[in-house]
Amino acid sequence: MAAVDVKSPVKKSRGIRLFGHRMPLSAQIGFLIIFINLFLMIFAPVLAPYGEGIVPTDMTKWAPPSAEHWLGTDAIGRDILSQLLYGARLSIGLSLLTTIIAFVIGIITGFTAAIMGRWVDVTLSRFADLILSMPTLIFCLVIITVVMAREQGFVDATGVSNAFFEGMVIVLVIGFLYAVPVFRLARAVSMNIVALEYVEAARLRGENIWWVIRREVLPNAVPPLVAEFGLRFCFTFLLIASLSFLGLGIQPPYQDWGSMVNQNAQAIFIGKPQPLFAAGAIAILTIGVNLVVDWLLSIYSRAHGENA
Amino acid sequence: MSTTATARSFGDQVLDVEDLRIEVHTDAGPGPVLVDNVSLKLRQGEVLGLIGESGAGKSTIGLATMGYSRSGCFITGGKIVFRGKDIRQMNREQRQDLRGHGVAYIAQSAAASFNPALTLYEQICEIALRRGLMKEEEAKADAVRLFKELELPNPESFGERYPHQVSGGQLQRAMAAMAMITKPSILIFDEPTTALDVTTQVEVLASFRKLIREHGTAALYITHDLAVVAQIADRIMVLRHGKMIEVGDATQILQAPREEYTRRLVAERTVANQNLHQERAAENKPILEVTNVVASYRSLTKVINDVSIDIKRGDTLAVVGESGSGKSTLARVVVGLLPRSSGDVRFQGESLPPRLQDRTRDQLRRIQMIYQMPDVALNPRQTLLEIIGRPMEFYFGRSKAEVKVKVAEMLRHIDLPESFINRRPGELSGGQKQRVCIARALAAEPELIICDEVTSALDQLVGEEILRLLNRLQEELGVAYMFITHDLGTVRRIANKVAVMLKGQLVAYGETAKIFNPPFHPYTELLLSSVPEMRADWLDEVLSKRDRKAR
Repeated sequence: MAAVDVKSPVKKSRGIRLFGHRMPLSAQIGFLIIFINLFLMIFAPVLAPYGEGIVPTDMTKWAPPSAEHWLGTDAIGRDILSQLLYGARLSIGLSLLTTIIAFVIGIITGFTAAIMGRWVDVTLSRFADLILSMPTLIFCLVIITVVMAREQGFVDATGVSNAFFEGMVIVLVIGFLYAVPVFRLARAVSMNIVALEYVEAARLRGENIWWVIRREVLPNAVPPLVAEFGLRFCFTFLLIASLSFLGLGIQPPYQDWGSMVNQNAQAIFIGKPQPLFAAGAIAILTIGVNLVVDWLLSIYSRAHGENA
Repeated sequence: MSTTATARSFGDQVLDVEDLRIEVHTDAGPGPVLVDNVSLKLRQGEVLGLIGESGAGKSTIGLATMGYSRSGCFITGGKIVFRGKDIRQMNREQRQDLRGHGVAYIAQSAAASFNPALTLYEQICEIALRRGLMKEEEAKADAVRLFKELELPNPESFGERYPHQVSGGQLQRAMAAMAMITKPSILIFDEPTTALDVTTQVEVLASFRKLIREHGTAALYITHDLAVVAQIADRIMVLRHGKMIEVGDATQILQAPREEYTRRLVAERTVANQNLHQERAAENKPILEVTNVVASYRSLTKVINDVSIDIKRGDTLAVVGESGSGKSTLARVVVGLLPRSSGDVRFQGESLPPRLQDRTRDQLRRIQMIYQMPDVALNPRQTLLEIIGRPMEFYFGRSKAEVKVKVAEMLRHIDLPESFINRRPGELSGGQKQRVCIARALAAEPELIICDEVTSALDQLVGEEILRLLNRLQEELGVAYMFITHDLGTVRRIANKVAVMLKGQLVAYGETAKIFNPPFHPYTELLLSSVPEMRADWLDEVLSKRDRKAR
């Protein structure tokens, strides 16, 4: 806001804008929350007063908030603030990775179904229905339990660390499951686009399907997909947290926000506020992302001319 | 029967609009002025035609007479006096009372305006019942009477049907019945026949006129087609960019227009009878031969049945017919979007595979297509360089630098400035977009271009420019056109051969001059006689002719 654009012929109304759209206060708050979270996540090693998973020598269980431990300590005396900052890396990082995987799979299959039509569409859609007919959390639990049972064999064979293997299993399973709703959205959105004549013109020209997806369909399907990305990120984030809470997600010594809630849960019974910090962090980030998504969706649903 | 428009007398003044001004206001501040200083008066029983291109402000004025403006638009000046009361001073309830009761509106697309889940009775009688003007039986009886007046089939049971069970023309008339049920003082017709076929348009137009005359209702008739408005209006107002260009008696506007713009509008229709197509050195070998082609969509009904046509180099073949006649399907079969079920399509002597996927790149290149709606035929996220350059790159493997030079050349060729090369379709007007579509087709250096209703989404004068451009390109490049259209004016203008289609079959086929001169095929004659002509007594003449024939 330092430099005033004198040359601008049209006087823009006041307020913060993004891509030429005016941003309401709620979206600004949402962006602020996301930026703070990303900032804390990236600079966790600098900001955290203690290292990841380190139990200080002056170990005190359930220490109340103090000058040394701003948010107190947990059941084995770890600094909650430090754990929260490092947990952000796992929670947010894994959710992002998972959501990206879900989107890559979902968009490619969804667009293919819409463009190829006929039996490709029928096969993919019925398979999607099959997956959707099972509750996500339970499906996750089943697959993860089965895969984890063979964990040691796989780890020995490939030489990856246990933590890495577990992380990847979670990411791939949720990524796959959440690719299904993305598939449905991508298919519905691109069905409308595929019916337009510029896509027909490209097919008449003899373009291959990959070109049609990349150049004709994708650029026009971006707004609803971006909105879905935000929403899906929240769901992934919550699902990973739920898995961790149930003890199947991130394993010690690493902690994400979900497992922090789980491991600090007992403190509730002795009237201590510790579990609330991680739970609060989950809630605030979810709300922040949703505020931004709501705004994106409202732009998308506006009359066509206003987007141009 | 033959009451000529000028001889009629009118009652009291019902509507007086003075210095109307309507502007767009957005969050970012004031936008364009849609209607600027327009004044009009309407007396009981009088029909005023509002005519102009899209964006002239016709519909905006029509809605304003009901005290309504679309979201983002505001009536910022002037008076709209309905029977002595200014609508702008009325409060919400008074305005709502006026709508439907004092002023009623008939929209362009009846199919989109009716609720598919309710019967016609429920929708037609709704307003009268909700206002408590009539009892249900009374309203139904009134509706039946209106159905009779509008010459709808089985008036007693017509209202029990659902909107999808009646034809487009019937639905449009049902909407007129809905408007008339409360006996309003003013009817607003907003392009009510534009979406209809020519043969249906005649019938609908005739019943609208009868309705207006018998009830002595005042009406605003909004259209872009001067020949249509000539049949129904007593006076005509010509609008352009929200400003009044000329207003006068219908006969005066048609026969002695004062303003240059009106003259051009009138002239566009009169020149429509000269053929632009110039005979070139005759070549005997056809480039496209379609023989005994049959095609259907999944079901068993044949959408096109046993159609044979051929096109030579430099030919323009017009394929005409009403909607549903199979003319667009024929184009889809030729390009391979719909595989034929029997018959043969040969191009330059070689048989083309039925399916698009089986054709070679070179076979695809030789036949290009231009669409009806330039808005959806161009990817809004690509620049003109990408849109026009892609065929050059794809078919000829040209380098980026070469493509850029060629696209600039092509833009000049279609009369667009070279500086447009980095623009996107959203920054162009409808006519400019259609030029880009033409350029994209030409970039493939085709031998045949299929034009699917290329001018019907454009304003008259813009469409005329596109036709001239196509004609010029044909003279320069010798490309052949297959011109699919329902507009016989266009056919006369551009084609040297005509194929008339009806229910999937070819009913007449040959040289334009032969088809359009007697002896006619009966269906060709019906089509030809249904094209509105630029004189006030045309409709009377057509109706009386048909009456005589019927007897």
